[in-house]
This record gives sequence, structure tokens and C-alpha cells, in this order.
Amino acid sequence: MNMPAIKTERAVAMPNVAAKVLPLAVLDRQSAISRTLKSLQGVPAKTIPPLVVIGLFLLIWEIMCRKAGASLPAPSKVVKDSWELIVNPFFDNGGLDKGLFWHLIASLQRVAFGYALAAVCGIALGTLVGQSTWAMRGLDPIFQVLRTVPPLAWLPLSLAAFRDGQPSAVFVIFITAIWPIIINTAVGIRNIPQDYRNVAQVLRLNQLEFFWKIMIPSAAPYIFTGLRIGIGLSWLAIVAAEMLIGGVGIGFFIWDSWNSSRLSDIIVALIYIGLVGFILDRIVAQVATLITRGTAAN
Amino acid sequence: MMPYLKFDHIDKSFTRGPIETEVLKEITFGIEKGEYVSIIGHSGCGKSTLLNIVAGLLPATNGGVLLEGLEVNEPGPDRAVVFQNHSLLPWLTVYDNVRLAVDKVFSSSKTRAERNAWTLHNLDLVQMTHAKDKRPGEVSGGMKQRVGLARALSMEPKVLLLDEPFGALDALTRAHLQDSVMAIHQKLGNTVLMITHDVDEAVLLSDRIMMMTNGPSARIGEILSVPLARPRKRLELASNQTYLKCRQRVLEFLYERHRFVEAA
Repeated sequence: MNMPAIKTERAVAMPNVAAKVLPLAVLDRQSAISRTLKSLQGVPAKTIPPLVVIGLFLLIWEIMCRKAGASLPAPSKVVKDSWELIVNPFFDNGGLDKGLFWHLIASLQRVAFGYALAAVCGIALGTLVGQSTWAMRGLDPIFQVLRTVPPLAWLPLSLAAFRDGQPSAVFVIFITAIWPIIINTAVGIRNIPQDYRNVAQVLRLNQLEFFWKIMIPSAAPYIFTGLRIGIGLSWLAIVAAEMLIGGVGIGFFIWDSWNSSRLSDIIVALIYIGLVGFILDRIVAQVATLITRGTAAN
Repeated sequence: MMPYLKFDHIDKSFTRGPIETEVLKEITFGIEKGEYVSIIGHSGCGKSTLLNIVAGLLPATNGGVLLEGLEVNEPGPDRAVVFQNHSLLPWLTVYDNVRLAVDKVFSSSKTRAERNAWTLHNLDLVQMTHAKDKRPGEVSGGMKQRVGLARALSMEPKVLLLDEPFGALDALTRAHLQDSVMAIHQKLGNTVLMITHDVDEAVLLSDRIMMMTNGPSARIGEILSVPLARPRKRLELASNQTYLKCRQRVLEFLYERHRFVEAA
């Protein structure tokens, strides 16, 4: 009777010892698995709802536009009509008959020029207005009035001034994007804490050092808010401006499609415009978080 | 003989529209080289205004400040300030905050390597070398104040101006930092002007205490010498008769003769 008892004790003891050794590896593997599972759990939670909504939307659209005589093409018809446009954005048959990629590049180029110019001038003017009370008193009322002028209202004037479509479009982008950049930069500069100014004074920083070492980093969060609003407005304005000036560009592509009753192409172009606009916004936001990393935490 | 730092009949009034408020009246005082002087008084008595005048951040209405016989009329690194709220630049690391000052002050007199070594030396002086690559937002309040102190010390100022440097800290951190400041003062022999509203702090750290009357038109009420030998030890002083007597004098001044009167 004793022997089996001892045996069972040993049998019980053995796995105990083993269990003490095992856990490290087992737990490690388990936690690794659970971690991947957890991170994977987040993916469907984020991707399923938009997919469901898009699916429902397409379905309703399809049902509404399916019947004969519908004024707008159904999704299935869009895919069928514009298949070449969708699968090959890079073709180039000369003239205006290009893939969407080339149209987008042309538009992006104009935006890049106009926006870069607006960023440089906007930050410079905003700094002036933020730093000098007299500049603010003189310029701020003018800014407040001019910024409400719709972008396209500038186009006839700029066409008259530049006598060419290309610089006029760039000018429209410039004049659209510059206001939020000026105003936000000015607010940022005006909000530089007196402490930082005192530090600069005690260190005897000169104007240039003060600008680069105190002003710009301190106002950076505000400046980037302006830049982000500016890029959004630029992308809004370019499509409208290009509709009027013609040439290669996503805006004129839409206008041209409308004139040739290619409604399906317009829908494809709209999706592209939306995606590019979204990407531009994300890029500026990413640059902002990268550069202003330390500034938010005080 | 001319004192090292001299306040010469300083008056200061602020004008806003037709209303003129006189803050400081007839402040005349001298500080010797290597001396540690505290200014104590109730809030609103113009302590900070006086310090800002010495720093050159505010102009005096009448009279002025002389440092080594020369008039002070603009801010400069020879009168480095440790601000109450540390005033570190949040986008720079601890090292870069000090390095900014070192680069500016020693741009021509030290090589790049020497400036690096000097920055590290000053961080070491306040025991902050371990956090040199952190940003101000990532270190505690006491540590920020240490870095502010390192930045001021790194300028090799003729006078170190401390504007309630420990005001925003908890009691334990404050005591720790006071000990550090005492040790540094002992080691480097700086001339220090400190603003405080803490009686113990004033008596513990200072050679002389300037007690100010209540504003408006605050003036020097009394100057008390603290004849305690250095280095001073916090624990031993707690029962020291001289220390207690000095403390008593300051308390009497602040709470009997010049009680803070709340504006009705």
C-alpha cells in the first residue's frame, strides 16, 4: 500500500518541477501569440465598418441607377465604361488623352509651386504681423477682408495679369493657401511666452538667432495648423481653377469628360481626387508631428 | 569703497493711462562680491520688479543699478537669471538648453570641444548629466529647475539672479535643491541675489537678508546679517541660537511690523 503512495507522490512532484522550468518559454510563446492576436483583433474592428458602409452605399447606388433611363451611371456601369482608365493610369496617347496619373501629376505640380510660395510668404508675413503691432494694425484688416474672397474670383484678374493659364493657376493656389498660413503663424508668434523672450534677452540672441531658435520652434504647432488648412484649400481650388484654364490636369479632365458625356470617367476622377487630397493632408500632418514632437509637451 | 553690485536710489512706477502706481521707492543697497543676498517680502511688494531691474529686463524710473561701477541698462549674460518657472525651451533637450547659452556666451573664446565639455561640466554640477538627452517635458519640476540653474551657471555670470527658484517645488525637493545651491555657492563663490518668500530658506542660504515693506511704494525695511559660518548644515542649524534669532527677527518683521494687509 505504501509503494503506490510514494509513486504517486513522485509522479505528482515531477510535473511540479517540470512546470517550474517550463513556464518561461511557454508564457513567452503564449504572450507573443496573444499579442499578435490582440493586434489582429484591432484590424477587423477598424476595417470592417467602413467596408460594410461602402458595400451598402454601392448597393443602394446600384439599385437606384440600374433601371433604364437613370441619369447617373450605376457602379457596375462605371467599372465597365472606364475600365481602361481604372486599370491603366499611366497611358499617354499624346495631347490630352493621358492616364489619370499624368493629370494628377500636372495638378500636383501646380499645387506644389503655389503652395510652396504661399508657405514661404505666409510664414514671413505672419511673422511680421505677429511680431510688430504696427504691421498688425496696418495689415490685419486687409487680410481679414481678402481672405473671404473665393479662390476663383481671383482667376480673371490673374489671367489678365499673367496672360497665361499656368501661372494664373499657380497664383490662385497661392492666394488661396496663404491666408490661413499668415493668420495661424501670426497667432503662434503672438503667443510666444514672455519667458522665452526673457531668455533670449538675457542670452542676447540677435534677431536672426531669435527667429530660428525661439520663434519658429515655439510657433511651429500653430504654423503647421495653418499649413494643413492651406494644403486642403489648395487642393480644393486647383480642380476649380483647372476647369477654367484647360490643359492637362485633373480639373480639366473632369470638365472635358463632362463635355463628352463620359460620366463614368468623372466618377473615377472624383475618387482619385479624394484619395490624393487625403494623402496630402496626412503628409502635412505627419511632417507636423515629426517636427513639433517636443513642443507640445511642456 | 564702491560695492560690487549697487542699487542707486531706484524708484519704479508703472503707468497705465492716467493711473500711476509707484512700486518701489528709494531702494539703495550694495552687495559685495561673493555675497549671497536674499530679498524677502510679502507678495506684491515689488521683489520681482526689483530683480527684473537688476536683470535689465525692466528700466528703473529713477536711479539705476551699477555692476562693478558700470550702469546696467539692458539684459545680458553677466546677470544670468534662474526664472521661477524654469523657462527651458521645450523643443530642446536638457543638454541643448544649456548648450544654447554656452554657444552664445563663449562663441569666440572657447572651441567646439571646450564648449561641449563646459556644458557637460555644468550639468554635472547640478547632477543632471544622467538626463542630458531628455526633453524638459520628460523630467520632474525639481530637475527642470536644476537645468535652469546649470544654464545660468554656464554663462559664468558676475551676479546670479534667482527669482523664487524653489517656489513651485514640494518641500523635500526644495530642501534638496537648496543644499545643491549652497554647495555650488561654496564651491564657485558666486555673487547671488535671490528672491524668496520662505523665511527658513532666506536664513539658511543668505549672508544678508533684505526685508521689504509692503507695496505700493515699497522700500527697504530692514537689512539683517546672518552671521552663521559656512558650510551650513540644515539639521545642526535647527537648534542653533543664532539661526533661531535671525529667523525670529525676519518673522517679526513680516508678521508684526509689516503684516500683509489685504486690499479691502
